[in-house]
Amino acid sequence: MEKLSADIQDGRRRGAGAEAAQSASGGEGIKGGWGLYLLGKALRLILLLAAVSAVTFTLVSHSPVDPVRAYIGADILRVGPEQQAQIAAYWGLDEPPLERFFRWVGALLSGDLGTSMIYREPVADVIAERFASSALLMAAAWLLSGALGFSAGIAAAMAHGRWPDRLIRRCCYLLASTPPFWLALLLLTVFGVALGWFPIGLAAPAGMAAEEVGWLDRLRHMALPALTLSVVGIAPVALHTRQKLLEVLASDHALYARSRGERGWALLRRHGLRAVALPALSLQLAGFSELFGGAVLAEQVFSYPGLGQATVQAGLRGDVPLLMGLVLGSALFVFAGNLLADLSYRLVDPRLRERSRTS
Amino acid sequence: MMERPEMKAATQRKAVPAASLPSGRLRLLVGAALLVAALLGLGLWASLSGGGEGLRTNLAERSLPPSWGHPLGTDWLGRDMLVRTVQGLWLSLQVGLLASLAGTAIAAAAGLSAALLGRTADRIVSWLMDLFLSLPHLVTLILIAFVCGGGLRGVLIGVALTHWPSLARLIRAEAMQLRSADYVAVSRSLGKSRVWIMTRHLLPHLLPQLLTGCLLLFPHAILHEAAITFIGLGLPPDQPAIGVILSESMRYLNAGLWWLAVFPGVALLLLVGAFDRLGHAASALLDPGRSQQ
Repeated sequence: MEKLSADIQDGRRRGAGAEAAQSASGGEGIKGGWGLYLLGKALRLILLLAAVSAVTFTLVSHSPVDPVRAYIGADILRVGPEQQAQIAAYWGLDEPPLERFFRWVGALLSGDLGTSMIYREPVADVIAERFASSALLMAAAWLLSGALGFSAGIAAAMAHGRWPDRLIRRCCYLLASTPPFWLALLLLTVFGVALGWFPIGLAAPAGMAAEEVGWLDRLRHMALPALTLSVVGIAPVALHTRQKLLEVLASDHALYARSRGERGWALLRRHGLRAVALPALSLQLAGFSELFGGAVLAEQVFSYPGLGQATVQAGLRGDVPLLMGLVLGSALFVFAGNLLADLSYRLVDPRLRERSRTS
Repeated sequence: MMERPEMKAATQRKAVPAASLPSGRLRLLVGAALLVAALLGLGLWASLSGGGEGLRTNLAERSLPPSWGHPLGTDWLGRDMLVRTVQGLWLSLQVGLLASLAGTAIAAAAGLSAALLGRTADRIVSWLMDLFLSLPHLVTLILIAFVCGGGLRGVLIGVALTHWPSLARLIRAEAMQLRSADYVAVSRSLGKSRVWIMTRHLLPHLLPQLLTGCLLLFPHAILHEAAITFIGLGLPPDQPAIGVILSESMRYLNAGLWWLAVFPGVALLLLVGAFDRLGHAASALLDPGRSQQ
């Protein structure tokens, strides 16, 4: 990863140099370009969130799942119609949908996402608490799958056409078709049940106060879900990196370097690595959406208390406020990934900045 | 004059590949034919064994590890796991086929309208694509399953709605190119309507892309159906779906019944992998740069 960040740093320097040259030759200032860019992105994000919340709200209000019944759960026979009406009034469910929507948006703008029905806590608190444990899991998986996939892709491209290449490619195809939740089950069976190396669920040992849980325990509980998520994420990066590196190695400058006698690792380090690191990084960033989806499944199998498990519970038990909050949160998460990917390209490639400035 | 036998063999060996299809295509065709045959056999077997012998609960034979009598073992009710797995695969195939056809239809409609019905339509379609790409697939699936109250309908709508944008983008780009073709211009100057041009000129031309797109969508559809069923928002638990089998197996892993999870998953993996390879081979065939390899 240090290599990657070094590349970004380097890219920024080069990018800044190009910017300076641009402004010196009579172009717009650096500030103006970036300001406009970020303003446009912010506008897009606001529009996107508005659209997502409007569509989600419309969908949810047409669900046949009655939120009052979902709230009461198994006690439905013991709760009379009057009490049900009271609960509906308490949640504001007796008002027309449009009014409810505007009330919800109004509350949202003041930072209030409502109250989760199943956790009986403010949605914002539930999401914040669970995002912390999910973020840890996803970050570990993101780094691990990125590093493994990147190295595998490079190894495959360097051994183009020979058996390591074929082996890595086969493995990637296999991994790409593997159901993530089944992989989780498999790891659980092997390492959790049969070998007993890792605990089979939750984020911490049961029956232990939160303060007593050491980081080692947390790590042990996170290992298997993180491993599942990383293995699932290897294939796209590896195949993409392999393809890119093959293109680079077939280019004129690589041919020239070869004709001067550069071979193997030196050739890769001087001419290949930088060119393939950025595409791999931005692919990983754009893969936030898949990462979140994988986390939903992995957390479900390992009963890891993260965002994914909360999403499943919200869907299963009809917790509308939590579901809406999670939908918005995941949209924000995916947007952040795409924005970072976009930024990483702009920092390196001056042509992209040019295009957005002229259009 | 007698020819030496090894020379004859050599000329024959040389002649065969030249006369037949390039080997990549041949392999693809053979692979596709085998796959379809295997799947038809699978379906036949699934419908013949449905509800009969294998699915009867047999408490004398419960929780047996794999053996000759039950190659994939039995579950905690004594049902044969091979029969359950095959039925699950068959169900996955049907649901996957329906969902990917629906997704392809949406993609075709969206892509063609974006390319042909003017700027406003194009903007609306790209905006919709952005909207659907802005959420993780599984979140959209959960949301739609929740809105439909679970069940088959939710799975079909969800999978169809999550997978169309990438194919629609491809179709839009292709249709944009075709739009400026001479025969389309002639057709337009002859006063044909946009819908006529769309259905008579563009759709037949785009059919190969649509078919490959559908084929490439299919494995994803199956995986997502299994995933949403696995977390309990898809097909109901009384259906013999792979997702149901795997989610039930979770309760018995602690008791050491590993075969409940391993083999159905392997079967699903093989099915998905086979269609994935087939789809990629077909799309390589369509790509003029790679079709002769």
